[in-house]
Amino acid sequence: MTAQKLFSNIAFYALVVVIVVFSVFPFYYAIVTSFATGTDLFRINYWPKSFDWGNYESVLGGRNFVRSIWNSVFIATTTVVFALFLAVTASYALARVRFRGRGLLLMMILAVSMFPQIAVLAGLFELVRFLGIFNTPYAMIMSYVIFTLPFTVWVLTTFMRDLPVEIEEAAIVDGATPWIIITKVFLPLLWPALVTTGLLAFIGAWNEFLFALTFTSSETTRTVPVAIGLLSGASQQEIPWGPIMAASVIVTVPLIILVLIFQRKIVAGLTAGGVKG
Amino acid sequence: MTTNSGGLSLAQQRQRAAFWFLAPMLAALFFVAAWPLLRTIYFSLTDTLLSDLYGGEFIGFDNYLSLRVLESGRWIWRGTLVDPAWWNAVWNTVRFAFVSVLFETILGLIVALVLNAEFKGRGFVRAAILIPWAIPTIVSAKMWAWMLNDQFGIINDILLNLGLIDQKIAWTASVDTAMYAVLMVDIWKTTPFMALLILAGLQMVPRDIYEAAKLDGVNPVKVFFKITLPLIRPALAVAIIFRMLDALRIFDLVYVLTPNSAATKTMSVISRENMIDFDKFAYGAAQSTLLFAIIAVFVSLYIWLGKVDLSGEGQK
Repeated sequence: MTAQKLFSNIAFYALVVVIVVFSVFPFYYAIVTSFATGTDLFRINYWPKSFDWGNYESVLGGRNFVRSIWNSVFIATTTVVFALFLAVTASYALARVRFRGRGLLLMMILAVSMFPQIAVLAGLFELVRFLGIFNTPYAMIMSYVIFTLPFTVWVLTTFMRDLPVEIEEAAIVDGATPWIIITKVFLPLLWPALVTTGLLAFIGAWNEFLFALTFTSSETTRTVPVAIGLLSGASQQEIPWGPIMAASVIVTVPLIILVLIFQRKIVAGLTAGGVKG
Repeated sequence: MTTNSGGLSLAQQRQRAAFWFLAPMLAALFFVAAWPLLRTIYFSLTDTLLSDLYGGEFIGFDNYLSLRVLESGRWIWRGTLVDPAWWNAVWNTVRFAFVSVLFETILGLIVALVLNAEFKGRGFVRAAILIPWAIPTIVSAKMWAWMLNDQFGIINDILLNLGLIDQKIAWTASVDTAMYAVLMVDIWKTTPFMALLILAGLQMVPRDIYEAAKLDGVNPVKVFFKITLPLIRPALAVAIIFRMLDALRIFDLVYVLTPNSAATKTMSVISRENMIDFDKFAYGAAQSTLLFAIIAVFVSLYIWLGKVDLSGEGQK
């Protein structure tokens, strides 16, 4: 190995180390902080020094945070099930049936997923008030359709478009109706795509902040991001950093585990939503 | 051979089924997207208050711009378009969007090139960069707010130890640094997404092109600019437009990391503030309508100028 090659190898691995440290360090530091209490919290530690579960106890002991977790689970799950249910049939029509205006329709669906949520806030606020669902989970479930549905339709459409024509032709020859084709032919093939899309939509709904902040008014109806965002201490100066970090770790660890398990599928799903152009 | 009902051809039958398959989705999108958008635009033309949603009267474009001539002959302009706070928010948003997307593209390219090379532990690195992406935005904002804390923050500590600064900086509170703080967190959180999108583009470039260039002894830097970059340009263009649209509507990170800071307040933040917090519902609706218009113009220009095929129909 020449000196030059050795040098470029070292430089490459140094870059790799920098990338990994930058990515992981903030979360590592949140974990370190979440185990520190009292004066330990205000001493800067690069390595974990204390293992005190006090912050976790105070977060999980208070009733509202656990309540928020359940709110988030319920809202995100219901939203995803609803979006997938509508998206499967719609994306079959968009991917497999030729009709006039299909390209335009696809562009419109994409446009909905990209436009600023603030632009519908006033109208949605009126709708939420009109339906009498202000400060209930249903306000979020309804409003999250705006970003989960276009996304799921889009990704499932790109996925279905890539399935071979032959599988469908055989079913058509046998006289199967489109509904039978979807449920008996496509659905079994779609499972991996459904899991990925569902997971991504779930993460999107789990993380949403603007609607959840605007459509809730009491601590018991807050979702997790709103609860963490508004978690405050006895006074303005006294921000409870320990419990905030513990809460952050609690809601982030399951997501990270899910993401790491479904890594490959998630990357495929993200890129289908992004660069299939 | 087929059981056509009512004498319809197969294609017609399929098109009819397609219509019924699409109808529920279109109805749902109309209900939660199109209708609220139209109502927002309508509200922006009224003087509606948050406390009395149905008591507003139509006042034309007064929330945007209105002129009143006083008896003394003085002209008084009013409305969002002459509101310095609004223009400050526009400038903050544009600056944020431009700088963050620029850095995310460059850093994303670097990370993608690293991940595209074959080396030991590549899977581990890819897993590591997914972590910032998986962390909820609000959680990242809080984590970084703690790291950027003026008294007890680790970032001030690191920078002091390295001798890069000589006194502690109040990153999120100070007017001069608040925008840097927001940019830092956004770039940290979103570069992985950018890198993955670019990586997908890179992996479509056939390997033998690199082999050929290597055999011919072409400089790697030249290979990147002459071969790789032109080939991934379509993927890059789509990734940039997605990120740009996301950056232009940013709300949560700014709201939580630097609350009430005029130095970072973006268009989404100021619209919501007027709508919900200040009881200027219609005025906020006008501002959010303007943001919608700006983004719509931006998208049309980009698609028109760049001839970007976003629908993916062209490949078939």
